[in-house]
Amino acid sequence: MKYIEEFRDGELARRIATRIRAEAHPERSYNLMEFCGGHTHAISRYGIKDLLPGNVNMIHGPGCPVCVLPIGRIDNAIELATHHSAIVCTYADTMRVPASNGLSLMKAKARGADIRMVYSAADALRIAQDNPTREVVFFAIGFETTTPPTAIIIRQAQALGLTNFTVFCNHVLTPAAITHILESPEVRELGIVPLDGFIGPAHVSTVIGSQPYEYFAEEYQRPVVIAGFEPLDVMQAILMLVRQLNDGRAEVENEFTRAVTRQGNEKAKSLVAEVFELRPSFEWRGLGEVPYSALRIKPEYAEFDAERRFGITYRSVPDNKACECGAILRGVKKPVDCKLFGTVCTPENPMGSCMVSSEGACAAHYSYGRFKDIEVRAA
Amino acid sequence: MTKVRSDYIRPVDFKNGRVDMTHGGGGRAMAQLIEELFARAFANEWLAQGNDNALFSVPGGRMVMATDSHVVSPLEFPGGDIGCLAVHGTINDVAMSGARPLYLAAGFILEEGFPLASLKRIVESMAAAARDAGVPIVTGDTKVVEQGKGDGVFITTTGIGFVPPGVEISGDRARPGDAVLVSGTIGDHGVAIMSLRENLTFETTIRSDTAALHGLVASMVASVPTIRCLRDPTRGGLGTTLNEFARQSAVGMLIHEAKIPVRAEVSAACEFLGLDPLYVANEGKLIAICPPEDATRLLDTMRAHPQGADAAIIGEVVADTHRFVQMETSFGGRRVVDWLTGEQLPRIC
Repeated sequence: MKYIEEFRDGELARRIATRIRAEAHPERSYNLMEFCGGHTHAISRYGIKDLLPGNVNMIHGPGCPVCVLPIGRIDNAIELATHHSAIVCTYADTMRVPASNGLSLMKAKARGADIRMVYSAADALRIAQDNPTREVVFFAIGFETTTPPTAIIIRQAQALGLTNFTVFCNHVLTPAAITHILESPEVRELGIVPLDGFIGPAHVSTVIGSQPYEYFAEEYQRPVVIAGFEPLDVMQAILMLVRQLNDGRAEVENEFTRAVTRQGNEKAKSLVAEVFELRPSFEWRGLGEVPYSALRIKPEYAEFDAERRFGITYRSVPDNKACECGAILRGVKKPVDCKLFGTVCTPENPMGSCMVSSEGACAAHYSYGRFKDIEVRAA
Repeated sequence: MTKVRSDYIRPVDFKNGRVDMTHGGGGRAMAQLIEELFARAFANEWLAQGNDNALFSVPGGRMVMATDSHVVSPLEFPGGDIGCLAVHGTINDVAMSGARPLYLAAGFILEEGFPLASLKRIVESMAAAARDAGVPIVTGDTKVVEQGKGDGVFITTTGIGFVPPGVEISGDRARPGDAVLVSGTIGDHGVAIMSLRENLTFETTIRSDTAALHGLVASMVASVPTIRCLRDPTRGGLGTTLNEFARQSAVGMLIHEAKIPVRAEVSAACEFLGLDPLYVANEGKLIAICPPEDATRLLDTMRAHPQGADAAIIGEVVADTHRFVQMETSFGGRRVVDWLTGEQLPRIC
């Protein structure tokens, strides 16, 4: 595949790995958080850890949109389908996130709720057009990458004069989450989580640009390298972070120049600004209430806001007591530190959200990496 | 002698007609559909007897039997349809024991309202597939369910076959050191089906690989009678089949990503759909495991057969009490190839 295989070249990877090994100072460690689930997935799927020296540690961040959805919001979505008889449309992985009472959207569907998996926001709009007598709700989730398409369908719904279509908005913001992690007592005061630098988001940054990261690189003195989701992108970003840390620099660098500019996508940003506004606070699974970290639909588009139309009230639901998703999402713990990991919590029966999406830290480790925890003999 | 007058004055309307409840009711309409469609298309001496069963003699020795239900959506796809798929699927399940498939039985569940024209196309495709494979459909059954309770047509086929003496093929026979082979490119069927999904329209030139593999198996078994395991990686794909072998044989596997044949179009489609070709379904490929010393001969035999032209040795069986399937990635790292979680796609076979 042209333009993809080039970023998966094993020979080049080994060359970068040699450079990382040569430049990383053996007397110190390099603790790097990849914020995005896309990076977590690439690291696990391509076995990138095998290529890194022992003192370069990767910490999985909370950038998996499915993983950070709190139970209460999933409960709300199920209620829309069961109590309000709406057709609820959502992206694939969301179907499997555990909700209250042993339910999930998928299990609610099996019990008769009309819940449909869509590949794009536009599909949800089409379902509304095809079912004029039914209420159709798009359960919108995701970071800045999936927000512009949601803005577009809200505007299209308005242009089409649709009266049976609404959006249950759960879009969240990356910079707020990173700041929240850096402000957390574990990082700031206790030093439980040594966090030396960040691999910055790929797709999110194509929309918001590299500029929003400049604030916390400066304020918290942590280097950020924005990287693409291909394995060579990740390797190159790790090398760039090692170099910044060696030089004592804390800058925003862009490895993903083929797609990310400093300003980002102005058209997408203005579209989002027209349709959405900041929520004063939003609950993240694992992080709790994070101020100004999510979006809601502006009053001008109130008629397309499912929360207003159906009078949704949010109720926070605590995670299973033994579930360590919260600590894992903050980088405090690793998947194997959780008692549930691989025992009662598996990708088939996820207890916590990190086990749901292939971008979740637990699912990625379970699917691709767990053999490293135990001895395997070759023939 | 005067010709016996047909019981049915008006033939079944295969142009505009639709399946209705009477076609499964056991009465005259059902008899007419069977006579004008199924018996005519499958035409063989056993069906001609008109019994509810088929009577035949079998060679002495070991027989195998397999059954497979087909619920694919859409019913017709590039490279095939549910009809030929139902024939190939069961023939392959029988053949994976090393057997020569002999006879098939077919059960149809039709949905009220399903166009008879589509049914005719599907049945004729099934008949052609059975004829090409040389495996007759000797008995069958038809039921009709109310509209909304089926999805056009579901087909269950059952097959029996004869295993040649000396052939011992089973999923529990893999041993550390054995070679793992695949008969060709993986993921073609799954991607062909996906390209037609209503909410997933993209254009592709990929055709389903649906095919009966008993010819390939016969030449493999003749040349390398020591083959230990054979299986066609249908739902769940290559990754799942290797895990099945690992669990049954209590061994691990180590495969090499760079050696697995995947069409460029398939890997491109998987790339933008977020799928892994290792878990995408195949309907005309097989995985074989054999002792290492026979691997080259088996590979040469497979490549000499049209259905194995792209065959490759992709890895080896290793000792591992945890029964992990591991893969050396093209990138240079190692990872687990786990069981498929949930399902990649609804209803593909």
